[in-house]
Amino acid sequence: MADETRYNWPAAEQRTLIGKRISRVDGPDKVSGKAKYTYDVHRPGMLFGKVVRCPHAHAKVVSVDTSAAEKMPGVVAVYVVQGPDSEIHWAGDDIVVVAAVDESKAADAARAVKVKYDVLPHFVDDFKKPENVAEDKGPLDEDGLISMFRNQVPEQQMIDRINQRGVSFKVDKEMVDQLKQNRVSDQMIAALQAAKYREEGGQSESPYRKEAAISKGDPDAAFKEAEVTSEGVYGCPVITHCCLESHGSIAEWQDSQHLFVHLSTQNVSGVSTEYAQALKIPAGNVHVHQDHIGGGFGSKFGADRWGVYTAEVSKKAGGKPVRVMLERAPELEVAGARPSAYARVKVGAKKDGTLLGWESESWGTGGPGGGGAPPMPYVVNIPNQRKQHVAVLTNIGPARAWRAPNHPQGCLITMSALDDMAAKLNMDPVQLLLKNIQLTAPPDDKYGRANTYKDELMIASDLIGWKQNWHPRGEGGSGPVKRGLGVAIHTWGGRGHASECAITIHPEGSVDIKMGTQDLGVGTRTAILIVAGDTLGLPINQMQLYIGDNQYPRSGGSGGSTTIGGISSSTRRAAVDARDQLFAKVAGALNAKPEELEAVGGSIRVKGTPSRSMSWKDACARLGTQPIQALGKNPGPGDLISSGVGGAVMADVSVDTETGVVKMNKMVTVQDCGLVINLKTAESQVYGAMIMGIASTLYEEKVMDPTTGTMLNPNMDFYRLAGIGDVGELVVHMMTGKGYDERGPIGLGEPPTVGPMAAIANAVANAVGVRVPFMPITPNRVVAALNSANGGSHAGV
Amino acid sequence: MDDRPENKEPDKQKESSAKTSTGVSRRDFLKISGVTAAVPLVNQASALAVADEARELGPGKVPVTLNVNGKKLNAQMEPRVTLLDALRDQFELTGAKRVCDRGTCGACTVLMDGKAVYSCSVLAIDAQGQAITTVEGLGEPGKLHPIQQAFVDNDAQQCGFCTPGFVMATKAMLDQHPHPTPEQVKQLLGGNFCRCGTYAGMRAAVAQAAKNTKGA
Repeated sequence: MADETRYNWPAAEQRTLIGKRISRVDGPDKVSGKAKYTYDVHRPGMLFGKVVRCPHAHAKVVSVDTSAAEKMPGVVAVYVVQGPDSEIHWAGDDIVVVAAVDESKAADAARAVKVKYDVLPHFVDDFKKPENVAEDKGPLDEDGLISMFRNQVPEQQMIDRINQRGVSFKVDKEMVDQLKQNRVSDQMIAALQAAKYREEGGQSESPYRKEAAISKGDPDAAFKEAEVTSEGVYGCPVITHCCLESHGSIAEWQDSQHLFVHLSTQNVSGVSTEYAQALKIPAGNVHVHQDHIGGGFGSKFGADRWGVYTAEVSKKAGGKPVRVMLERAPELEVAGARPSAYARVKVGAKKDGTLLGWESESWGTGGPGGGGAPPMPYVVNIPNQRKQHVAVLTNIGPARAWRAPNHPQGCLITMSALDDMAAKLNMDPVQLLLKNIQLTAPPDDKYGRANTYKDELMIASDLIGWKQNWHPRGEGGSGPVKRGLGVAIHTWGGRGHASECAITIHPEGSVDIKMGTQDLGVGTRTAILIVAGDTLGLPINQMQLYIGDNQYPRSGGSGGSTTIGGISSSTRRAAVDARDQLFAKVAGALNAKPEELEAVGGSIRVKGTPSRSMSWKDACARLGTQPIQALGKNPGPGDLISSGVGGAVMADVSVDTETGVVKMNKMVTVQDCGLVINLKTAESQVYGAMIMGIASTLYEEKVMDPTTGTMLNPNMDFYRLAGIGDVGELVVHMMTGKGYDERGPIGLGEPPTVGPMAAIANAVANAVGVRVPFMPITPNRVVAALNSANGGSHAGV
Repeated sequence: MDDRPENKEPDKQKESSAKTSTGVSRRDFLKISGVTAAVPLVNQASALAVADEARELGPGKVPVTLNVNGKKLNAQMEPRVTLLDALRDQFELTGAKRVCDRGTCGACTVLMDGKAVYSCSVLAIDAQGQAITTVEGLGEPGKLHPIQQAFVDNDAQQCGFCTPGFVMATKAMLDQHPHPTPEQVKQLLGGNFCRCGTYAGMRAAVAQAAKNTKGA
């Protein structure tokens, strides 16, 4: 039975749980308040931490006086996080943490800490188009390298740039391994290894870092050949993650060398290293636990500075448990932001819609680090391109991965530009996409992506009534309320992270599954049980699942839509191995060979002869005293997962041209993701992504005050999310069955979040006849665009 | 665009007793002073008035008795402690969540004498003598309330952090409007926010619960 194909996913007719609609197993705990999140954990003798935060966007700490705070009643420990001479780069950064017997005492003490600052100049304007920016001659940093890969800069151009500029990072073995895993060529790796290492710095005081221009094909000839050109400026601001459970942890020392943390994290198995390095203890001495997490969206991978200082202040408090959960304002100010992106774009096409050329000058900020360029042109790979990106370094606060990093921005800019081109050509934008659909095939396309997009566009058109309801731009009716439709397509990679799953079958028939993963609310628990149950022929409530602890077999962080691929394939391999061990034990009793057996409906039976069977319990009883243990890994034997998905989004909106209010009528997403493990939670993921997309299109913006450099709306009144009445009718269609199932499960966290912003923005343009170029599409922006003869103006352009 | 639900209004009489002459409740005052100390939203006199009024109850811990889910719960706490923090930190009833902590997001919603309130915006001492129902009091795994069951069946939750608040807001809504129109659902659940985006499931859950709780 060494055949690797035994791990293959069961054929459609044999699946008992996979692909069905199954309610999430932790649903009852969540609806009844029984589910314990990190914020809910009460450890015996727990102290409460409060944090003194810097009110300035850019400053140097001159002095910190904690003496008054230390003497206050109830205060147990005070720890200075960033002392004199520390340079602070964003408002809200942590300076001092106080631990006291209750929260109000800790708050009182935090107010008694005196910090003096030397206030430095700050810069928070990422909206103005950078002008007269010199090309960056400094060393290439990791962001710059990743950005070049993402933008598919031709290999020789990349190598030239690495040779010329040198690099600011060490090309160590770990990095080389990672590059190899990502199929980077040996030539490129050699260039990186040979590159001169240069310290960062020496850069000018300017907040702008211009990346070298990227060109492909012959853009000049393309625009000469073009019969129609369309130009526009588009973009979206910095938005925040706004996890409802804020970031934070409870840290306690079991002795001077052993730390126990309850942490709100997307990375249960991986985060101990960060604690270990910061606290100078072995990683194996850091115990991390989390039962439930109240949202992450890409912002909760690290221990973070606050995780480490919670451990530090616990140490000062004699190891007592200390809880530090961020309050709402710092959660929005410092705990995660999606980079902004703006671009001036020119597109050239023939009269029949054939796209020839793309030119873009883009800019955006990811906070003090600048941030990389979004992928453009997005999905539709126009043959001739010239691109220039400027990273804007600001004191807005640090950026973090936000579902599908850089894709929503690239999609908005590209799909807006193509929609404007379609309007100029007097063409239906769906027809423009279909005309150029071959440009959507990725390099080394194995799965016929262009055809998938075509199918998805057709299905979405039917579901939203595109043919009946679409009209040329601006012909949205004669009354003040105009209706319009918009479209966008998107993509993401996926594949599976490294994962280990341990399954034990006990002689009395019970089954334990252990894995150091986490369930972000996407249904990971349920998916593991579905795969194990389908493989072992057991109902999901007959197995015990343990996750959320780094003492269990290691599994990857939940990011990049790699979780379902990782956890489903490690579980499948473990369950197949465990099942086959059981078959070997009972085959004799059933007078059959092990490979003739199957596990179905709580019994082990001979394939084709269901009468020759034995119950699961009886089968397990034959194990004697020795349980079966199997460890499944990803990557591992067999070809269970793949990468690369697409989706089409269509939006139907009504816009009141007198008030500027945009109302969502309906939105449709058609999405492929390979083999669906649980249709119910898969659809929920897509619905959720659409709603997040509506919020980022219509409401969300991290508004910065240029005078003080602080965030003006660090609360949920003015940092507005979408409510139940704001989202309109939502329709999700999953592409399943032949052509999709064979690919194995592919993650869904990212892809459906990408397209909504572009689809809605295009629907608004279709309704009112002019482009509202910048997100969020607030009433004042709609009215301004309508009032402006050229369809909106931009301060810097 | 204000879609604060009507049933979120705390009982009028209680509201007035908790307010100063400026119309700012003590809880609001605490919040305001904590968030933006430099902004003189209340004048000195009213701030003093709050202190005077509170003197008999503080500033140290005072005994507080709450009637939660049919049980009398006693604890010593400072008068400034909110109902939400009392439930969570004193009695380990952590179903109600602390998210915005200023009466916007609804994650802390509980029922007080049958009406939905933001427990982050009610002082524990003011909640004495009223019947408080938290999500734990509605049902538990194995014995879920039809509303909770409907949330499970229709996958009206992802991370689940907003879910207890939505369940309680739904309870208050269906108690008043057993057959809510889509417009009523929009208004009466408009005082809660979900970040994962579970509104499609919630609308289906409300429809199922309205059917199954009929006359109950």
